[in-house]
Amino acid sequence: MNNSLWSDALYRLSRNRAAMFGGFILILLIICAALAPWIAPYSYSYQNLSLGASPPSTDHLLGTDVLGRDLLSRILYGARISLLVGFVATGVALVIGVSWGIIAGYIGGRVDSIMMRIVDILYGLPFIIFIILLMVIFGRNLWLLFGAIGAVEWLTMARIVRGQVIGLKNQEFVMAAKAMGVSNLSMFRRHLLPNILGPIAVYATLTIPQVMLLEGFLSFLGLGIQPPMSSWGTLIKDGVESMEEFSWLLIYPGITFTVTLFALNFFGDGLRDALDPKTSDN
Amino acid sequence: MIAIFFRRILVAIPVLLAVASITFFLIKIAPGGPFDADKAVSPQVLKNLNEAYNLDASNWEQYVDYMSGLLRGDLGPSFRFPGRSVTEMIATGLPVTFELAFYAILIALVMGIFSGVLAALKRNTFLDFIPMAIAMIGICVPTFLMGPLLVLIFGINLEILPVSGWGQLPGDKILPSLTLGFAYAAYIARLSRGGMLEVLNQDFIRTARAKGLTERMVVIKHAMQGGLIPVVSFLGPAIAGLLAGSFVVETIFQIPGLGRFYVEAAFNRDYTMILGTTIFFSAMIVFFNLMSDLAALWLNPRSRDAS
Repeated sequence: MNNSLWSDALYRLSRNRAAMFGGFILILLIICAALAPWIAPYSYSYQNLSLGASPPSTDHLLGTDVLGRDLLSRILYGARISLLVGFVATGVALVIGVSWGIIAGYIGGRVDSIMMRIVDILYGLPFIIFIILLMVIFGRNLWLLFGAIGAVEWLTMARIVRGQVIGLKNQEFVMAAKAMGVSNLSMFRRHLLPNILGPIAVYATLTIPQVMLLEGFLSFLGLGIQPPMSSWGTLIKDGVESMEEFSWLLIYPGITFTVTLFALNFFGDGLRDALDPKTSDN
Repeated sequence: MIAIFFRRILVAIPVLLAVASITFFLIKIAPGGPFDADKAVSPQVLKNLNEAYNLDASNWEQYVDYMSGLLRGDLGPSFRFPGRSVTEMIATGLPVTFELAFYAILIALVMGIFSGVLAALKRNTFLDFIPMAIAMIGICVPTFLMGPLLVLIFGINLEILPVSGWGQLPGDKILPSLTLGFAYAAYIARLSRGGMLEVLNQDFIRTARAKGLTERMVVIKHAMQGGLIPVVSFLGPAIAGLLAGSFVVETIFQIPGLGRFYVEAAFNRDYTMILGTTIFFSAMIVFFNLMSDLAALWLNPRSRDAS
């Protein structure tokens, strides 16, 4: 791995205030989500029915919902699910997309054109509908949700990786490795993958917000995360149902969700600019 | 151009048939029948229902039956709404969804191109920063949050616009169209800014300026044609996104369009309706992608001359 590339990039990233701020918010969120059972003021199942929906107060910093549940605690627990979906589904997309792209790009020729043709065709299909279809047919299951979202989001990753691999394929060190009889698998692992980590990292960061949007969208329609689990999408859905009287139930989850997406987008954009200074002035 | 068009159509047909077949068999392996959710039906009634909808036949027979119906434009009867065919329901919902999508695209194009081109021309001034900051908000605030927020502000607090419906009260089309259009306005603004910046630095723009054209002519006649190619290419995939957006917007604003029918069909396990709309949506999206690719090709002089 080229060390100076990464240390240069890190330096540039550290100079980008928006990206650093985004990164800071993300780390904070991940810590909050991980520590939710310890830092949430109330437990997951805590419910004070007699309280009902109450506006923010000292007891309940962000108020309570119609069932008397503490909103702050629900947002903290929701962060676990929302971020989990974001990261795991992106991971699924990453594994499929990177393998597909490396194989297509490295083998080239007929295999490449068939594989990329498949990607082109899949691109043109309304995948959101297939996700809904899968959720309807096989029940609304968290693991299925990861798989379904991941299976949709890998296409762009495959294209990016393929382009990068084709660029690398004709460089001397790859040809030298090939001449020395390195096996395909270790070629991928030792020579190709480390050199395309930059674009992969950038695209993965930018995929996470898309995945979270998709999860929010499905949960909002009632086709995603199911009670008793809750994600930010389901909190927003609940908030919409009671927003006429209890607007804070929509506004706080909404702010949390939006700020997270902002942070991820800023961080991803900053990472892209840092790793690829050529594009940074657009 | 024409050769490309026909080649793409030839690819699209087997793809759509494959989509139809896969969806059909996915639904066949789904656990639970379409009539399970109803309160317990007597075995006799269930038998009659199955007979009426031809569910007793083998999967293969049903498939052949369905596909031959599909080729005639017959998508079968709805499971949930006896006496109504899926084709009929699509026909009632489609005009509403199209109208909504049309307004949304119009809003997105006007707002997006105007602010994107302006931002590119006034680069690094506040006329660049402010629209781009708003565009970032448009990208980060999802439709399912934007819609309710607009309702909360304009419908509930200010009470100046209706909170739901479509074509029943004056002005009830404004909020849904804005909700759906805003996210795309944001993307289009970013794309047209990027595209314009790229084109504005090129030699032919300098030539156009050098031959004494007014700045307005340079921008409108020369720069925008190339600078907006990314926007045109984006429009095809955007239709797919608009469709997903219409699910949300039609649900929020209680609009009787195709998107809401689809979501309801998904909840009701109205399998024929799901199957029919999935095939229909796929066909529509393949078609719009084709159109936007062709338009982008046509706008780009290099590829236009080559073909």
